[in-house]
Amino acid sequence: MTGRYAVRFASLAYLAVLLAAPVGYVFWRTFEHGFSPAWHAVTAPDALHALKVTLILACIAVPLNTIFGVLAALAIVRHRFPGAGVFNAVVDLPLALSPVVVGLALLILYGRGGWLGGHGVVFAVPGMVLATIFVSLPFVVREVVPVLREIGTEQEQAAATLGASAVQTFWRVTWPAIRWATAYGVVLTTARALGEFGAVSVVSGHLAGQTESLTLYVQDRYQSFDEVGAYASAVVLALIAVATLVLMTTLKPKEETR
Amino acid sequence: MAARADALALPRARRSAAPGLGIGLSTLYLSVIVLLPLAALAWRAHGWDAIGSDQAVAALKLTLFASFAVALINAVAGTAIAWTLVRDRFFGQSFVNALVDLPFALPTIVAGLTLLALYGPKSPAAVDVAFTRWAVVLALLFVTLPFVVRTVQPVLLELDTEMEDAAASLGASRVATFRRVILPNILPAILSGVALAFARAVGEFGAVVLISGNLPFKTEVASVYVFGRIESGDPGGAAAASVVILGISFGVLLAIGGVRRWATRHDR
Repeated sequence: MTGRYAVRFASLAYLAVLLAAPVGYVFWRTFEHGFSPAWHAVTAPDALHALKVTLILACIAVPLNTIFGVLAALAIVRHRFPGAGVFNAVVDLPLALSPVVVGLALLILYGRGGWLGGHGVVFAVPGMVLATIFVSLPFVVREVVPVLREIGTEQEQAAATLGASAVQTFWRVTWPAIRWATAYGVVLTTARALGEFGAVSVVSGHLAGQTESLTLYVQDRYQSFDEVGAYASAVVLALIAVATLVLMTTLKPKEETR
Repeated sequence: MAARADALALPRARRSAAPGLGIGLSTLYLSVIVLLPLAALAWRAHGWDAIGSDQAVAALKLTLFASFAVALINAVAGTAIAWTLVRDRFFGQSFVNALVDLPFALPTIVAGLTLLALYGPKSPAAVDVAFTRWAVVLALLFVTLPFVVRTVQPVLLELDTEMEDAAASLGASRVATFRRVILPNILPAILSGVALAFARAVGEFGAVVLISGNLPFKTEVASVYVFGRIESGDPGGAAAASVVILGISFGVLLAIGGVRRWATRHDR
């Protein structure tokens, strides 16, 4: 029996030292002197602008990647087409790439002397949008593909036999089966889009009040020795992460007991 | 039966124009967003001599060693945590289960900042690892924590306890039961989790950048080296180093595929 307690104790101690303590400590430091210094820090003009940029990035990347994700999942599971294997592998690529490499690739393509250079994409918000779309691309696809595989095609065939069009079949039969998987994928996509740092950092140019997202603002504040500002904006991002976790845990069981 | 139905359904699906449109649109999207930038990167990669520079080699070496160490620690810690979550029962278990996903949800720069706050120069615990190689390992451990746990957990859940009971009734010790009965079953999952953690660690940037101090030859990892080359106006050298990192990530992804095929070799 002692063995079981030893494993439990070691696991929980590891999680406490590595995860809970550092995150908890930053929360405590942020609200150490009450709520108002933290509130002032996150409502400073540059902080609000950074939050706005972050929301813009997510509001463009998430819907696009959701539509792409569902279409790509249908293509991968339901249809055979030349290059399907390559297609599948390329979808997974952003998961394995270093964000800095992603940023650099965009910088080379859209920067000075690049194939598509000279349109004000890099060191501006459009480049940051492209970086965010790139890194958050695989999540909806990866969540929807296994569900589509599992449900099979029998119901869709039945609908088609009864005279439903492809569009009707999708909305009446396929979509109700994959909507929770899509929702779960959207949550993961959103978390990644809001939290991306490396790729966005390379293409942003770090202009405070212009091309700084919230993650870049955290770094900027820390390097300007403004600990309260850095901790407070980090806490905003951490709270979003916690909300994501709550959504993840509430959405997941629905998928499993479906 | 299901496979037959699939095969029969295909010609019907092909007749409609909608799937062709969907495939076309998603292929176009994927090409513009992912492939085109990477093609530009590969095309622009020159200054290969920069990869042979002492600083680049030091950064790559550190990245590989640290990622390898982190992968090994994860193999043990991740398996223990998965075990605690599946086989143990205690108050607050579902909270701990959700906590494991935190590194996936938390922005990496925030992860780095929190580690720096608690284990940096102003540490209230008097543990200061900032600007050392320990800091690199610590940051990588934070961001890679969920991988092994989340690959091993479902396998442990499905593993029947009957085999363990049989082993125990035949007089096997707990250690022998784990080594001879449980470990062979969960080993493929551990390996694939370890490989994912390794791939993630090789490319990590945000969590490392604040706490490591980015000292060349000492704490500068590969991603930070690439970032430095970009900042100093050498995109060619940065691209060349990127291609090396890309090659490593690809190799690991292929290895994961190999492990998965090996693990399911009896299923087919």
